[in-house]
Amino acid sequence: MKKLFISAFVLLTAVASFAQSEKFTAAMKKNLAAMDSSFKNPPDILNVANNFERIANAEKNQWLPYYYAAFCQVNYGFMEQDKDKIDGYADKATELIAKADSLSPNNSEISCIKSMIASCHMMVNPMQRWQEYGQESNSNMEAAMQQDATNPRPYFLKGQGLKYTPEQFGGGCKTAKPQLQTALDKYATFKPANDISPNWGKERTESLIKDCK
Amino acid sequence: MKTALSVIFFFHFLPLTAQISISGRVTDNKNKALRGVSVALKNTYDGATTDSTGHYSFSTDEKGEQQLEVTISGYYAISQKIVLGDSPVTLNLSMKEQITELKAVVISAGSFEASDKNKGAVLSDIDIVTTPSANGDVTSAFKSLPGTQQVGESEGLFVRGGTATESKIFMDGNLVNNFFFSSTPGMATRGRFNPFLFKGTIFSTGGYSALYGQALSSALILESKDLPEKTEADLGISVVGVGGGIQHLSKDKKSSWGVSVNYTNLWLAFNVIKQKQDFFQVPLAKQADANFRIKTKNGGFIKYYGYISTNKTGFRSPDIDSAILKDAFSINNINTYQNISWKDRIGNGWKINTGISFSTNKDDIVNEIQDADNGKFTGTNPLFNYKNFNLLNKARYAQARVVFEKKLFGLNAIRFGTDYFYSNEKSTYTLYDGTKFTQQVNDHLLAAFAETDIYVTNNLAAKIGSRLEHSTIIDKWNIAPRISLAYKVGANSQASFAYGIFYQNPERKYLPGLAGLDYSRASHYIFQYSKQTKNYTLRTELFYKKYSNLYKTDSSIGGREIAANNNGYGDARGIEFFWRDKKTIKNVDYWLSYSYLNTKRDFLNYPTAIQPSFAATHTAAFVFKRFFLPLKTQFNLSYNFATGRPYYRIAKNASDKYMITDAGKTINYNSMSFSVNWLPNIGKKDARTFAVWVLGVTNVLGQNIIYNYNYSYEGSRKEAVTPPSKRFVFIGCFLSFGMDRTQDAINNNL
Repeated sequence: MKKLFISAFVLLTAVASFAQSEKFTAAMKKNLAAMDSSFKNPPDILNVANNFERIANAEKNQWLPYYYAAFCQVNYGFMEQDKDKIDGYADKATELIAKADSLSPNNSEISCIKSMIASCHMMVNPMQRWQEYGQESNSNMEAAMQQDATNPRPYFLKGQGLKYTPEQFGGGCKTAKPQLQTALDKYATFKPANDISPNWGKERTESLIKDCK
Repeated sequence: MKTALSVIFFFHFLPLTAQISISGRVTDNKNKALRGVSVALKNTYDGATTDSTGHYSFSTDEKGEQQLEVTISGYYAISQKIVLGDSPVTLNLSMKEQITELKAVVISAGSFEASDKNKGAVLSDIDIVTTPSANGDVTSAFKSLPGTQQVGESEGLFVRGGTATESKIFMDGNLVNNFFFSSTPGMATRGRFNPFLFKGTIFSTGGYSALYGQALSSALILESKDLPEKTEADLGISVVGVGGGIQHLSKDKKSSWGVSVNYTNLWLAFNVIKQKQDFFQVPLAKQADANFRIKTKNGGFIKYYGYISTNKTGFRSPDIDSAILKDAFSINNINTYQNISWKDRIGNGWKINTGISFSTNKDDIVNEIQDADNGKFTGTNPLFNYKNFNLLNKARYAQARVVFEKKLFGLNAIRFGTDYFYSNEKSTYTLYDGTKFTQQVNDHLLAAFAETDIYVTNNLAAKIGSRLEHSTIIDKWNIAPRISLAYKVGANSQASFAYGIFYQNPERKYLPGLAGLDYSRASHYIFQYSKQTKNYTLRTELFYKKYSNLYKTDSSIGGREIAANNNGYGDARGIEFFWRDKKTIKNVDYWLSYSYLNTKRDFLNYPTAIQPSFAATHTAAFVFKRFFLPLKTQFNLSYNFATGRPYYRIAKNASDKYMITDAGKTINYNSMSFSVNWLPNIGKKDARTFAVWVLGVTNVLGQNIIYNYNYSYEGSRKEAVTPPSKRFVFIGCFLSFGMDRTQDAINNNL
């Protein structure tokens, strides 16, 4: 009986922790789906960002919810029309990604978000901020490439950045396309660690390549 | 086993049985709905975000006592205890707005800021070097803003009816003496310092903070850069000289050092562009500077800047009292400046900002009367003999300063500190016959000041301060209160008011003066309305400045003008406009400024209160910048205008009283300047070299400029004071070689 009781207890805790991680995965999946559809209606992105932040704060040792919360905030920053407000979203994203970074240092995916945040700051006033934030964005992009050579996203970000840089400044399709093609090749072989791990950017890469044809 | 399993199932399914809902509305303290507020049950996944009507709603399985966290950026977070039972919870919340720098009003009456970071700045750092009329001179760019005069016959900023000596320049809190190269007759000299040394500049045309003193009109507050972004070497070659330097950033990005040298020689420029004067020594300067900056562990900085320069100039111009004789003026100058400062957090919300500076200056001036063959003229006419002289000025200055600041709730802060300034100035005047007159003036100036920033709400703020000073020259205490208020009247607009009392000692050249002198004094009243968005800036200021106790001079003792009493007075009033637009015309950035000034004063040897010769009634400036992307070229144009300034011949009459024997008004001042900056490497992300080519032409149209008139001794002849050449052309190339260490940085982090 005693044995049975102990095994029941072990089973119980195992089930409980399994339930916990199942709950986490389920919540993440639900919000990842919500994130995908939120891009059609930008104000929803912030709701999803808050959802991820709640999960992050409750879990405390998972980097992914912080990562996605930052990803949502910075993407919203890119969509914000009022230039006075952009820095606020980028700052919020910085705060969140710093927490992800401390849970998972030297993570290529996190470096990608840092690069995006710097680009977002730069967008407020490219002429004036190019020197400071352009460099920061680049160095994070390069760090992301080094941290995981199989990750297609830094190449996608680099290609995307070049695509929207005027030709006179060394951008345009001509320089963007090789980067985007590298990204696409990497997307073909890239396997996310699990079904809640970062796995975005492929469709966008394809559509950018199409624009460049 | 069965029981055990049922226990498991009990535990597993229990939470699903009784969900309860939590809902409500979140508003600000004016009952306006807040959107995007995160409402969360602490340590759970449960929560919601408010919609555009401020409503939120979610369900939870949690029971009992829970913590509800309500957050949105820009507002103070709420953490509220709630007890979850069986019935739904409805909770309406009101959030209080944080007072943040982003939202709060900016205390800006009387001041213009050039900065890339701060809100409320009207110019960016780069504007200082791309304003064509400024020629890359720190202070000259401010002459395109309202409140300043287009004075070209001498250096410095003439602000709102004040003289150039009423404007003082501070670097990292310390006063900079001899900011400009030593004066030469009839020509404005440039500032000694490279504009790229500074990251933020505040130009106050009045009502400035109690942290600064000894300037009746204006303070120009320069803040040196923190760490450079990367290790970099630069080289500049231009028609006026060559220069180069290195800025080295340490691997851990916590410290940096830099050195630079500059050699300026106007031989080439003066050979191509004919100068009015006959230069027997073309302006020649050698400069070297060094700096280090260390970031402390609390995010503070220790900064050192040291500078040494020598320069000389010599030229002949026709003597106004003779048809054939010439005045040969020459100056040799050695200047050193050193400033070390420490700015840090010292715990408990306290900050310290302290620094010491030393500087020395030596001017060796020789004036000689020469004949047609440039030989020394020796006659018996005392009028000419007195023009053969030698003046040796030696000065040493030292300053120590400490300011403590305590951040209180929100943006509220108190600041106080003390400042000690020592000056030792010795001049030896040698007459043609070898007679020497030596004067030495020492001053110990002690000041204490306190100031508080009070933010009542994001919409209303005040800065209240006071300054106490004691100078041994005057040997009296003065107390100078300063008040600034700012009130937000609309989303982007605000009204501000500033009041202050300012004191100043006599100018060095009128010292030592007679006994019983007091401080000269000015009171400022400034009202400002401004509206500013990312793309537009509109500012208008109304001001009144009252001068009292201005120094009157007397030449009856010792044969030179000395400060005699404080019977001078005056006032200045006016209105100013500034409009900057970066949006309306694509790729074009322009600004317009206009100043109306009505001023009269009685000071120095003026016989009565008159409009001073450095003050024009109407002044306007237009600056236009356009960047052509395909050409990677920026075109800059500026047009400066001022109505004619009065000029006077003031001389003693038979009864030894000063009187105006002749007066007039100069023609209007018109000058258009143009510059082109070509940046061939811009945007090349992998470029190791960054080049800027500059072509600048001042007074493109060759308009006739007359600053003032000089009179002959007996007053029968007058001669226009004009720029040394109609126009000046500057061509230069500035290269920076980024020793880019991004790669190292990445490798070190892996």
